[in-house]
Amino acid sequence: MISTRRTLLAAVAAVGTLASLTACGGSSGSSGSSGSSGSTGGTYTFWDPYPQFDASSAWGRLVTSCGTKAGVKLKRTAYDTTDLGNKALLAAQQGNAPDVMLVDNPVVSTLVEAGILNKTSDLGLNTSSIQKNIIGAGTIDGASYGVPIGANTLALYYNKKILTAAGVDPASVKDWNSLTAALKKVKAAGKKGITFSAINTEEGSFQFLPWFWGAGGDLTKLDSDKGVAALTLWKQWVDAGYAPKDVLQNTQTTSWQEFATGDYAFSENGTWQLGNADKAGFDYGIINIPAQNGGSAPVPTGGEFVTVPVQKDTGRYTASKKIVTCLTSDANLLPTDTTLMYVAPTASVQAEQVKQNPKLKPWVDAVAAARGRTSGGLGTKYPTISQPMWTAVQAALSGGKSPKDALDAAQAAAGKG
Amino acid sequence: MAVSLRARGGPPRPAAKPHSGAARRPDRGAVQRGARLSPALRRRLTALAYVLPLLVYLAAFYLYPLYRNLDLSLRDYTVRSFVAGDAPFSGWANFRKVLDDPTFGPAMRHTMVFTFVSIAFQYVIGLALAVFFNRHFRLAPTLRALFLIPWLLPLIVSASTWSWMFNSESGVVNYFLHFLGVGPVGWLTSPDWALTSVIVANIWIGIPFNLVILYSGLQNIPAELYEAAALDGASAWQQFRRITFPLLRPVSAITLLLGLVYTLKVFDLIWIMTKGGPGDSSSTLATWSYQLGFGTLLPKFGPGAAVGNILILIALVFGLLYIRVQRRQEA
Repeated sequence: MISTRRTLLAAVAAVGTLASLTACGGSSGSSGSSGSSGSTGGTYTFWDPYPQFDASSAWGRLVTSCGTKAGVKLKRTAYDTTDLGNKALLAAQQGNAPDVMLVDNPVVSTLVEAGILNKTSDLGLNTSSIQKNIIGAGTIDGASYGVPIGANTLALYYNKKILTAAGVDPASVKDWNSLTAALKKVKAAGKKGITFSAINTEEGSFQFLPWFWGAGGDLTKLDSDKGVAALTLWKQWVDAGYAPKDVLQNTQTTSWQEFATGDYAFSENGTWQLGNADKAGFDYGIINIPAQNGGSAPVPTGGEFVTVPVQKDTGRYTASKKIVTCLTSDANLLPTDTTLMYVAPTASVQAEQVKQNPKLKPWVDAVAAARGRTSGGLGTKYPTISQPMWTAVQAALSGGKSPKDALDAAQAAAGKG
Repeated sequence: MAVSLRARGGPPRPAAKPHSGAARRPDRGAVQRGARLSPALRRRLTALAYVLPLLVYLAAFYLYPLYRNLDLSLRDYTVRSFVAGDAPFSGWANFRKVLDDPTFGPAMRHTMVFTFVSIAFQYVIGLALAVFFNRHFRLAPTLRALFLIPWLLPLIVSASTWSWMFNSESGVVNYFLHFLGVGPVGWLTSPDWALTSVIVANIWIGIPFNLVILYSGLQNIPAELYEAAALDGASAWQQFRRITFPLLRPVSAITLLLGLVYTLKVFDLIWIMTKGGPGDSSSTLATWSYQLGFGTLLPKFGPGAAVGNILILIALVFGLLYIRVQRRQEA
């Protein structure tokens, strides 16, 4: 008898545990919005792609103080940037998206497509002071879905000592021909030409775009003569040994490490390397990436947007709006963009930045001429174009296909979506 | 003891039937029923209670994910319908899309080459080392332990190290080739070499697994057999061919099958070393599945899950094949 009761008890306990487990699973979905229906108080969640900054960093403290000013406790979680987009989609599916989220700009259109971001106009955020081309990456059908925290872009770093030794005047690099000629001289002088990143990820596409756009290429027609010209330029550099073979594996970080060895004359890299450039131990300069026939090539904008994901409890938006306004106020943008080595999205803060650090001037100019990858109505079509494009770059540079064949295949794949 | 044995073996089914039928009557309360349970039914319930945690575990961690993956691959998921959870059923459309994709052929071929070449070398080298270490010379245990290092290292460490060694500009492999008068090889940057390079790294990682299992298999072969063979004047090679290899067959079969399943789904090593590139010259079904699902800014969950399911199916076919071979051996 006793044993029967014990068995039953055990069975009930097992079922109970299971039930409580599922109950946990169910309730965790709404934990993000539990315990507060009003506009103040409670805990708000905040995600960003800056795991390099901990809670005691300037950025971590700024996030906390913006939460305090909005009258809430802000819980910050930092994810790897490639992870953040998928994490956000999964969280939205479970109904526990963060209250405020910083995402890489090309991800914004994907999240908008998923229907999980609020329009800035619905939230009552003022974005009039933001440069049009910077906010363009987060603008879909005329409505913006986030406020840029800052922008970065690409330019060419050069090693002064190597160029002098090879007899190259950096000012003479005005178009593709003069750049290739400079690389030839550098190689003849026994040094290495240029490093960039042609890896088979979004980074590879990001680095290829200045050349693609610099030839006048159009992302909806990858296999046009202009696209082929850009890919041929890169291929010719790799084939002639002006660029190393391992550009195929280089991330922008490893490409920078190659340049930092002091053996390379040029490196296509971003604003964010300025801090490392000062530590590299050699004199460097920066020029804008030349277009095919002279002038500066349009470069893609990088950098993150502050977004407010959709919540069931719309009462939470009041505090979220305060947090976004705080993070993107001029007074806070200046220190933030200085730490991140970004160019500010507003003219007034840009002027302040250049005053503090004149070396940023070419970057401010480059950002002014930059385009969003998802701008111009591309939106979520961009990812379906970018992936075949980086595959084509890889196929051509590795010698598997000619630039024309590679881009033909890419266009066919992009057309299918 | 006898009672517990019977409980574990389970009472004969027909005997329990009338009672379970009675318990199903709706008007009976739980307490009442508890009081009236027959010993046979009680034992069944007890048995069930013991199995329940396992069933729960299997359902939560195996069945449900498998079901979700199948569901993902049979629906037309966009990012919007993924979040809203209202993706329309699309039948085999994702599978058809994946099979029609120009990446499918090469990915399938690379998966097969990667798997079979890796396994062949891992097994042969692992077996040779196992036989070698079975001779119990001094330092044998130490050396054998050293061979386990590839197994102990985190994969991110070993894959990154291989990636550096194979670097076309500054890698140590090309450095040594230079001394031998051979020009630099684009190990990871040439479409002709990328697959070979990841296979070499994978063989290195897989040898310890084969070594350990085959070595323990060798321990079970009675030493008298070798003594008898030696008395009969069998050479070392004959001993290996006539004694070691046949007696090791069951262990070999399980080693090869496990190796097959492990190798089919290798993802991290390839992703860290080449990301399936250059182009798609080292992409396998596993990397392609990840590429589709998570590798771009716009995830394609449906086709990604479809590729994953094809991979599971292939592993299943080999699993069934193994069971059949085993049955025939036992028969």
